Amino acid sequence: MAVEMKTRVVTVAEAINEAIRLEMRRNPRVILMGEDVAGGATLEHLEDDEAWGGVMGVTKGLVQEFGRERVRDTPISESAFIGAAVGAAATGLVPIAELMFCSFIGSCMDTLLNQGSKIRYMFGGKASIPVVIRTIIGGGFRAAAQHSMVLYPIFAHIPGLKVVAASNPADAKGLLTAALRDGNPVIVCEHIAMYQLKGEMPEGEYVVPIGKAAVTREGKDVTLVGVSMTARHALTAADELAQEGIDAEVIDLRTISPLDETTILQSVAKTGRLVVADESNPICGLATHIAGIVASKGFQSLRAPVELVTPPHSPVPFSPVLEDAYLPDPQKIANAARKACGR
Amino acid sequence: MQLDKATLLRLYETMVTIRMFEDRVKEEFAKGRIPGFVHLYAGEEAVATGVCANLKDGDTITSTHRGHGHCIAKGCDVNGMMAEIFGKATGLCKGKGGSMHIADVSKGMLGANGIVGGGPPLACGAALSAKLLGTDHVCVCFFGDGAAEQGTFHESMNLAAIWKLPVIFVAENNGFAESTPVSYHCAIENISDRAAGYGIPGASVDGMDVFAVYEAAQQAINRARRGQGPSLIECKTYRYNGHFEGDQQLYKTEELQKTMMERDAIQNFRQVTTEQNLLTNEELDAVDARVRKAIDDAVAFADSSPYPALSEVDTDVYAPAMA
Repeated sequence: MAVEMKTRVVTVAEAINEAIRLEMRRNPRVILMGEDVAGGATLEHLEDDEAWGGVMGVTKGLVQEFGRERVRDTPISESAFIGAAVGAAATGLVPIAELMFCSFIGSCMDTLLNQGSKIRYMFGGKASIPVVIRTIIGGGFRAAAQHSMVLYPIFAHIPGLKVVAASNPADAKGLLTAALRDGNPVIVCEHIAMYQLKGEMPEGEYVVPIGKAAVTREGKDVTLVGVSMTARHALTAADELAQEGIDAEVIDLRTISPLDETTILQSVAKTGRLVVADESNPICGLATHIAGIVASKGFQSLRAPVELVTPPHSPVPFSPVLEDAYLPDPQKIANAARKACGR
Repeated sequence: MQLDKATLLRLYETMVTIRMFEDRVKEEFAKGRIPGFVHLYAGEEAVATGVCANLKDGDTITSTHRGHGHCIAKGCDVNGMMAEIFGKATGLCKGKGGSMHIADVSKGMLGANGIVGGGPPLACGAALSAKLLGTDHVCVCFFGDGAAEQGTFHESMNLAAIWKLPVIFVAENNGFAESTPVSYHCAIENISDRAAGYGIPGASVDGMDVFAVYEAAQQAINRARRGQGPSLIECKTYRYNGHFEGDQQLYKTEELQKTMMERDAIQNFRQVTTEQNLLTNEELDAVDARVRKAIDDAVAFADSSPYPALSEVDTDVYAPAMA
C-alpha cells in the first residue's frame, strides 16, 4: 500500500468481521448466509440480535446492523444453501456463504464442483458467479479428523474457483474484501487456530490483491514458502535460523489459486534452496504442486533438492500428542531449511 | 379454461417448435453430425409450454439434462440453440457448453444441467435474489422423477419453504429415471405428495394436457408472485425417445409407447381447439409450416457457422473484477 494508513491491533476474527461489515455497507447486494452466522433465527428475543454470531464468533454484531434478511441463518442443508448462494450470485446478489468446516464440502460438492465453478465457462462467458465461500481449515484444536482438514488443494484443483488464505489480520481483511469484489467464486480459507491471533490492521477499505504472494522476510540463503498457519511458522523458523547464520527468505502465498509462481521462482533464483511448508496432505497437495512447478520452471536455480514439510498422509488424529506430531511447526521447518542448506 | 386466440396460437407454436426441433436433432444425431450426448424432450412439450407461458421477462428457470424444451419455451433463439448443440462458435454458449449446458441467462434460462438434482439449489438462489432485490419475479425449477430422489431436491424444498421463496418446483414425471421405472425408485405414487412434507402446496396434473399444466402453473406462479412462497407441481408425462439418443429403450413396451403417443399433447390440442372452433386447421397448419422453415434455417445456420477458435479453450474461466 502506497499510502500510509492508520492501523489498529485486532484479532484475525475482528479483521474478517470488519471486511464483511464494510463491504455490506458499501454494496447492498452483499448478503451473508450460513449455519448460525447469527444464530437463534425467528426467536422473538433474538430478532435483531444473535445467539452465536458464527461457530467461532467471527460474524458477531452483523445481524444487529444489517438485519435478518441480509444476515441469514440457514438450516443444516449445505447442498441447498451453498447452491442457493451460487444461484443468487448468478442473478444479481453477491453472497458470502459460510461452509462451516471445509470438510463439509462433502455435503455440497456438486454446488461448487459442477455448478459454481463452471457456469461461466459452460455458458460461454455469458454469466458470472460473484460468490464468496468462507470456510474453516486447519488443525490444532483437537477437533479430530472431520473438523481439521486443509482442503485447499481440492478447491484449487477445480478450474473456475479462486482460493485464498490469510496469515494475519491485515491480509485477512484485505483478501476478503478483494474476494467480495472479484466477481468470481472465491473460497476464503480461515485457519481455526488463527482467529484469536492479533496484528496490525489498516483502518478503512482496502484490498490485498488476489494472486500475489508477499515476501514477508527478505533473505539470501534459503526460501521458505508457506500459507496460512505455515506462513506464520516459517517466520518463526526464520528467526531461529538467523541465530545460526542462515538467512531465510519467507514467502507468504496468501493466494493458493491462482498461484504466484513468479514470486516463488524469483526467490529460488536468488537463494537456490527451497522449503515448502503446507498443512494439506502430501498426495496431490500444495507442497508437491509447488515443488513440481519449481522443478519444471526453476530447475537451473536449485542447488539442493526441494524440502517438503507436510503432515503424513493420514486423517488428523485426535489425541493432542498425535495431532502435534501430525502438524507442521517451526521446528520441522527449521530442520528442513538446515537440510536444504546442507547443515 | 378460456384463453384468447393469441395465447392459444402461442401455446401451439411453442409445442410444435419443441417437437420439430427435437425430431430434427434426433435425425442429425443419427447421421453422426452432433457430438456428445443429447437427451430429447419430444412427448413432454405440454409441460415446458404450459408452465413457461405464464412467465414474463425477469422470471428465471432452471433446467435438466433434457433442456431443449425448457430453452425453447423460455424464448431462446433456435439458431443459437442448434449452433450450440453442433458445437459452433455462434452457439448460445459459444460452443463451450453443448446440449447439456445450453443456457441464455439474458432470457432467464439459467441452464440445462448435467447433474441430476443440480437445479433445485440454484433455483432457490435465483428466487432469493428476486425476493431480496424487491421484484415480483419467480423461478421455475424443472426436474425429473429421478431428481425427486436426490438430496438436493429435498433440501431445496425445505429451504424454499422456510424462506418463502418464489420458486415453483415442477416435477416432470416421465415414468423412468434413465432405465429405472418410477414405480421402483419412488417410495410413493405421487411426487406431489412430498409437498405436504415441507408444508407447501402440491398438485399432480396430466402433463400431456397443456391446458391442465397451464392452469396449475398459473396458480402456483401467482402464489409465488404474491409472496406466498413455493409450490410443487407434478406433471405426469412421457418421453417418446430414450434417456439419451442411442438408448435401446428395452425398459419400454410397445404397448406403453403406443398408449402414450395416443395421448400426444400436440395432436390433442389440435383436436380440442378445432372441435371447439377456437382455431382452424389452416391456422395450425400455417404454424407448422413456419416452424418447419425455422428449424431448417436453424440447421443451416449451425452448418454454416464456424467452430470456435482453438484459443477459446481456456477463455471465460474467470470474470474480470467487478467495479
